[in-house]
Amino acid sequence: MTKASVVNDLVVRFANVNGTGSASANGFFSKAIFRMGIPVSPKNIFPSNIQGLPTWYEVRINENGYLGRRDDIDLLVGVNPHSLSQDIASVRSGGYFVYDSSKKLHGEFLREDIHYIGIPMMQLCMDNFEAPRQQQLFKNIVYVGALAALLDIEMEVIQGIIREQFARKEKLIPPNFLALDLGYQYARNHFECPLPIRVERRDKLGDQILIEGNAATALGALYAGATVAPWYPITPSTSVVKAFEDYAKKLRVDPETGQKKYAVIQAEDELAAMGMVIGATWNGARAFTATSGPGVSLMSEFIGLAYFAEIPVVLVNVQRGGPSTGMPTRTQQPDIFSSAYASHGDTKHVLLFPSTPAECFELTAEAFDLADRLQTPVILMSDLDLGMNDHLSPPLKWDDNRRYDRGKVYTAEDLEQIERYGRYLDIDGDGICYRTIPATHPTKGSFFTRGTSRNEYAQYTENGEVYVRIVDRINKKWETAKELVPPPVRYSDQHRSAEGVIFFGTSTYSALEAIDLLEQEGIVLDALRIRALPFNREVLDFIEQHERVFVIEQNRDAQFRSLLVNELEVSPKQLIKVLNYDGFPITADAIMTQIKSHLSVKTNGIR
Amino acid sequence: MTYIKPKFRHPGLPKNTLGYSRADYEGAISTLCAGCGHDSISGSIVQACYEMSIEPHRLAKVSGIGCSSKTPTYFLENSHGFNSVHGRMPSVTTGANMANRDLIYLGVSGDGDSASIGMGQFCHVIRRNINMTYIVMNNGCYGLTKGQDSATTDFGSVSKGGSKGLYQSIDLIGLALELGATFVARSFSGDKTQLIPLIKAAMSHPGFALLDVLSPCVTFNNNVGSTKSYDYVRDHIEATSVLDFVPEEEEITVSYPEGGSASVTLHDGSQLLLHKLSPHWDPTDRHSAVNRLQQAKKQGEILTGLLYIDPQSQDLHDIMGTYSKPLNSLQEEDLCPGSATLEKINASFR
Ligand SMILES: Cc1ncc(C[n+]2csc(CCOP(=O)(O)OP(=O)(O)O)c2C)c(N)n1
Ligand code: SF4
Ligand SMILES: [Mg+2]
Repeated sequence: MTKASVVNDLVVRFANVNGTGSASANGFFSKAIFRMGIPVSPKNIFPSNIQGLPTWYEVRINENGYLGRRDDIDLLVGVNPHSLSQDIASVRSGGYFVYDSSKKLHGEFLREDIHYIGIPMMQLCMDNFEAPRQQQLFKNIVYVGALAALLDIEMEVIQGIIREQFARKEKLIPPNFLALDLGYQYARNHFECPLPIRVERRDKLGDQILIEGNAATALGALYAGATVAPWYPITPSTSVVKAFEDYAKKLRVDPETGQKKYAVIQAEDELAAMGMVIGATWNGARAFTATSGPGVSLMSEFIGLAYFAEIPVVLVNVQRGGPSTGMPTRTQQPDIFSSAYASHGDTKHVLLFPSTPAECFELTAEAFDLADRLQTPVILMSDLDLGMNDHLSPPLKWDDNRRYDRGKVYTAEDLEQIERYGRYLDIDGDGICYRTIPATHPTKGSFFTRGTSRNEYAQYTENGEVYVRIVDRINKKWETAKELVPPPVRYSDQHRSAEGVIFFGTSTYSALEAIDLLEQEGIVLDALRIRALPFNREVLDFIEQHERVFVIEQNRDAQFRSLLVNELEVSPKQLIKVLNYDGFPITADAIMTQIKSHLSVKTNGIR
Repeated sequence: MTYIKPKFRHPGLPKNTLGYSRADYEGAISTLCAGCGHDSISGSIVQACYEMSIEPHRLAKVSGIGCSSKTPTYFLENSHGFNSVHGRMPSVTTGANMANRDLIYLGVSGDGDSASIGMGQFCHVIRRNINMTYIVMNNGCYGLTKGQDSATTDFGSVSKGGSKGLYQSIDLIGLALELGATFVARSFSGDKTQLIPLIKAAMSHPGFALLDVLSPCVTFNNNVGSTKSYDYVRDHIEATSVLDFVPEEEEITVSYPEGGSASVTLHDGSQLLLHKLSPHWDPTDRHSAVNRLQQAKKQGEILTGLLYIDPQSQDLHDIMGTYSKPLNSLQEEDLCPGSATLEKINASFR
């Protein structure tokens, strides 16, 4: 081979037409890379419609485990005639364009600086399959076969995946194998295989899994004992409750009676979904709902009720591009404010920021304990990228000794010991009071829950002094929460630099890559990943220890940075925005460019 | 402010089968206007629960926002209560009911709360047939915000300020029948003899039971020209039937003349005895209920009483097949699949 080959470091993009069955073929591709022990990160880029518009599936393969999005596309499989010119333009110079050569490619599509690999996908299918639907579907498998030859993917691995996939529809296995082989042989016979960009088996993954964040979130809720799950469909949160129900059907049905130990209700809207959650948790069950930005807006009145009446709520917010309907199928982190301060009046809520599926699982389970412990809404801040794409993740873990922390709840026996029960009496001094569940005791412990001001005995009052006492006591829970929420993650023990970086959620992937690459260029940065609001002491310490802190996030207005300023009363000048909000996951490139632009400003200033 | 009543109970007061006196079913002193219809309805709720020997803590009262929605403070002090947000009582009750299917749920709402801001939730709670009693204290206006027209203000009804209702009104009873409600009744706050048995029947009904109770607002909608005033309602009221609720354990003592009577057995064995005043109407036939309602409307009558009941009603738990024990009583053993299962789940993602 003459050209130096690049192994296990490439971005492959598939350009498909929505609704043509490409999703499963593309999934086989990623799974095969995964099974070859190579870090892989696929991303769906899909339109807000059901059939006919372009969709892309972008797979980053990186031996070093850098799995954030990268811009330069090394190889593009373009099977959508409507996005051809756009797709061809997106291939990096020197890259490869794989296309269906059943029809000749028009001259206008030819670029001098990229390689064209024509595979007659449709022709091969027409020659080998009869039904038009089959011809269409197997076209996708043909290109997977061609890629196996071009990129040196192990055929047995792909065959194994196909065999598993169709274990219950065995007669589909031979035609899939045939299609796979058609592509493979054609590529071998017509091109020099493998290409200089290729993959090679490694053992980099250990016990990791490849899973969507939403599935992990659903499992977190299931393991945490959620029983009531009211919801209203909205991308990208829909698959949370869908997965919850799918797993519950398998794992939460009484074997003797067939009765369900869960209740999933498709509500009439998000208001009703949140009302049902509140009713259920008020009545002692664990309940949750999942939504996205527009749903959070609708739920806001109820979130304020839960905050003020002190009712546990778990809300999963899988964020997408706003405002309004915005970019409903693109990723962003634009609901920091609307979630942190959801509702009217003085309200603020506990937020949790997972950055991997394993954390979606853990933090969702944690959210139920926190909500019960603090008797307040807890919002899990996921996003479309994390929720709807497969991510490499440590396996999900559950400690069988773990007990649910249901917080301060009086039992009938407790009530027997009490002279006079006061729902809002702060007996322990941590701001958290003892609640009772309806029907606990025939004559003791009942109280009236309301969103209006009330005294310690849950009686309505308009007395200003009492009101202040109550809202200040609720605020005390915020202080208590700082000790309970998951602490931030620091990426080195020592303080190595005058500059720090703060990030959270899905920006983590590219942030860590950017920090590594900058370090290779001699720019050292300390890093802190935040996992929760309220911010605890460590966050403030980190900011105070650094002259400047770059805050990486995916929205226009640097909402997280404002949250830091507002909650920690640090100087805005100290916090520098690093942003991306075009609907695609932030890239390491974007982060590096923005950080470097500030660093050069600084040197210019000194000069 | 909440005014607490003195706890003293006269030892000689009559007691129900649980040993509670009527006073044990009362609540805090009402802060509504003297003469407000809502207070009379509270009184009927107290009486019905007392007579039915309901264990107070086995009942949960939920409301929205409005003068009407305040009333749960004024009855059943030993029951948990929840004064939620405007128009959303149905969803909160739905969630509560999902968490514990064994309690009695009493929802209280107003005409603004149900027919305007909460119209969507009103419709959907009916569709789901949540096992609850849903009382609309219907005064044809927004009492708490000082008397604006509501969606149940009748066309042409004159408000206290002299303006006439401009739009067609929403008849919650007709709508509930359309939506498939399994228990539909209307009554009048001033007619306790009719209202109390209806409340009892509604609470015994295994599904959604709507009670639309005309309840005049003495402060904002009791003037001449209003179709929701005491005088107007009394003048135009027309009952479908005289109704008696007979609990299972009691002997049936009332008897009605042959021909005009009907009896409906509820799932818990109690019986509804109806002396029909409306001919051509069968309480278990939705069609005839709709017809009778339309006919009354045409004649300018306010039709009260039980209009429709489906004794075979299946509530949401039945429909969904949820566990027979309350979901809120399940513990880790029932709910958490454990680490071995999680290992298998992990393996499915490799
Ligand atoms: C979201 C919201 N909008 C408006 C209000 C103001 N508000 C309080 S009660 C009410 C109307 C109540 O009317 P109804 O339900 O008929 O009760 P009534 O007072 O007549 O018994 C309104 C508009 C509110 N509390 N919440
Ligand atoms: S304003 Fe009307 S509805 Fe409200 S308490 Fe007074 S009389 Fe009753
Ligand atoms: Mg009203």
